[in-house]
Amino acid sequence: MRPNDILLHSVTKIATFIILTFSIYLFFAGHHNPGGGFIGGLATASVVVLLFLAFDVETVKKYLPLDFQLMTALGVLLAVLTGVGSFFFDAPFLSQTFDYFELPIFGEVELATAVLFDIGVAMAVIGTAVTIILSISEAD
Amino acid sequence: MFEKVLMIVLIALTISIIAAIYRVVKGPSMPDRVIALDMIGINLVAAVAVISVLLKTYAFLEVILLIGILSFVGTIAFARFIERGVVIERNRDN
Repeated sequence: MRPNDILLHSVTKIATFIILTFSIYLFFAGHHNPGGGFIGGLATASVVVLLFLAFDVETVKKYLPLDFQLMTALGVLLAVLTGVGSFFFDAPFLSQTFDYFELPIFGEVELATAVLFDIGVAMAVIGTAVTIILSISEAD
Repeated sequence: MFEKVLMIVLIALTISIIAAIYRVVKGPSMPDRVIALDMIGINLVAAVAVISVLLKTYAFLEVILLIGILSFVGTIAFARFIERGVVIERNRDN
């Protein structure tokens, strides 16, 4: 008999967006407030885990076609490349810089190259966490 | 005065957490323990809120939301395990 999880599914569909918004906030707050790539990535991974819990692996993989092992590799590559990129400007490895830019909606915004490194960290954390949970759950 | 009130609230929350821990240890069935763990999570949220008022800082507000999310996900995982025996299903239809 197929169980009827309508409450869980409805709550998951709403909570997913709230948790994703919160994780993106955590990611971008990391420069001046508590937060950052690691905890933002973990919150995003918890969204994916919640989807896996409420639905099943095949459904989530159908609607969220992400290769999480590839994501880990790309994250680490991005983090290393931001370090290598500082060589082009005659700076030591992993040098970071920032500047103020005028953006259309937000006005004057501080953009730092550390965000690129943080994106790499977040992708590596998401990929690792989801890969661990998926490989544990599939080992029958 | 205000700090004394906050300390009394913290003590009350501690007693509440201790009561929940008693239920976790003693609880005759598995769902009792899961509900008690969920209650500990909610009490921790309240305790972090009171402590952040006590320390006059905004730095712990993310922690509150994060404990809420993790407690929710953990409770659902336990409930799935109790109900079906598996936490993450391969295919729901069979």
